[in-house]
Amino acid sequence: MQNNTAINVEHLSKAFNNQKVVDDVSFTVKKGEVFGLLGPNGDGKTTILRMITTLLKPTTGNITILDHDIKKDSKLARSTFGVTGQYAAVDEDITAKENLLIFSRLNGLSKKESHIRTNELLKEFSLEKGADKSIKEFSGGMRRRLDLAISLITRPEIIFLDEPTTGLDPRTRTQMWDTIRNLVKHGSTVFLTTQYLEEADTLADRVAVIDHGKLIRIGTPDKLKHEIGESKMSLKIIKNNDVLPAAKILQNALNSRPQIINNTITVRFKTTEQIIDGLSQLSTDKIDVSNLKIQEPSLDDVFMILTIGKN
Amino acid sequence: MEIKKSRISTIQNINTMAYRNLLKTLHNPDHLMDVLIQPVMFMILFGYLFGGAIAGGVHAYLPIIVPGILIQTILSAASGSGTQIKEDMETGIFDRFKTLPIAHIAPLAGQLLADILRLVLAIVASLTTGYLMGWRPNVAFGWIIVIILITVFTGWAISWIYAFIGLMAKSATMVESISLMTMLLLSFLSNAFIPINTLPKFLQIIANLNPMTHVITAIRQILATGAFSNTAWIVLIFDLVIVLIFASLTVWAYNRQN
Repeated sequence: MQNNTAINVEHLSKAFNNQKVVDDVSFTVKKGEVFGLLGPNGDGKTTILRMITTLLKPTTGNITILDHDIKKDSKLARSTFGVTGQYAAVDEDITAKENLLIFSRLNGLSKKESHIRTNELLKEFSLEKGADKSIKEFSGGMRRRLDLAISLITRPEIIFLDEPTTGLDPRTRTQMWDTIRNLVKHGSTVFLTTQYLEEADTLADRVAVIDHGKLIRIGTPDKLKHEIGESKMSLKIIKNNDVLPAAKILQNALNSRPQIINNTITVRFKTTEQIIDGLSQLSTDKIDVSNLKIQEPSLDDVFMILTIGKN
Repeated sequence: MEIKKSRISTIQNINTMAYRNLLKTLHNPDHLMDVLIQPVMFMILFGYLFGGAIAGGVHAYLPIIVPGILIQTILSAASGSGTQIKEDMETGIFDRFKTLPIAHIAPLAGQLLADILRLVLAIVASLTTGYLMGWRPNVAFGWIIVIILITVFTGWAISWIYAFIGLMAKSATMVESISLMTMLLLSFLSNAFIPINTLPKFLQIIANLNPMTHVITAIRQILATGAFSNTAWIVLIFDLVIVLIFASLTVWAYNRQN
């Protein structure tokens, strides 16, 4: 196996009561990349993550983490990663500092090392003020930060984030994204699940789209957008009489059926040449246009097309 | 700072887990309410309410009721482990422990180790209340230690049963109701508060089948005679069997992956 492989998943399946939740999923995560597992709620993302992190036994399939087979070397495999769960599983009844200390000890740090590392992490995650407070008094953002800090105690090579920003307000979400980007800068491999396309788009180097337990597409967000999504152009025709002729010109030039709402024509296109071609014809025919807009495909479009069906 | 992963033993992991449970208790002293307040309240209430009717006076009733309350209290204290384990499962913290490179048994063992402290507290609270009400066992102090040890061991064995229930039950609320129900049935359908021969025949059969009856009998015998009785040996063996069975079941249930 190549040395730059962080996680290798082969033909992974999971069935509960003969119902397949994860169906023959294979993929490879490279070292140092952010890999996003994207899919609607309840579509097997968390189940896949739980199997990789040794919480759930696969029905069939093989998983290796940094060349450790998780079936044979589960303890070794577990020492290479940190997990941040979906519900920010921190110990509610004790303080932030105690949480970090206890998890440091459990991760094999000595008492002295535990104290040093705890203070480092409290500082790094701006939790110093809340260090001695009970987690019950924490805001959602603080809980997530503590949760992440706990996963990073041993500076693991791989970090699993299960829906790291679900339930956070937009401002806290952006802060969390910055934190995650920082991790990558320091060389960690990040595996995250998300139902937010924006999150996958801004964070992930590569995205795997899961639908009904099956892996349906994998690639960089840009590649997916251009392979699957379509760009749209819309423009407004100044004179009412010009609308229909303009629509006809665009249909021929862009090879796609235009939508007309009032004086605004929207039409899909594949290449920039098509647009230039269409616009120059409009100009030759002296049709005046305004409000020209080009819409690049979003991951949302890709996702909709992939999960709902193209037509 | 380069982090070296020193080989930390399972024992140390268990200690850390027990420390975690103690911290939880320290931050939430209300978790101790049941083991500290309940024996005091029941001892005073039952002692003064029933003492006259059952034994002709509080003083004569104390040798009967002190072991009874003792067992009732450890039943309550032991059931706490089930609720705590279920709560830890529900918050997802157990999942997090499972992803750590530690022995799988450590979180459970830590809980059960911390339980011993709860049991000791419960026992001390019961015996102290009895003492303040005038209970003076006529045996050497060493025998008091012996009954404390028997009671702790019995309570610990029961903790494993509740730990297993905690792992299997659907919710923490369900564990709590099972705990309360079993505590009431096991303590009242026994010789804890009344002589069994005053019960109707069918209840006598049930009370005699109730293991708590025999634990209470063993304690009363030791306190009355200052000697280790056969019943006490049977209780210890029974406790040991319970621990062996339920510790295995609990570990199995904990490691069970769907």
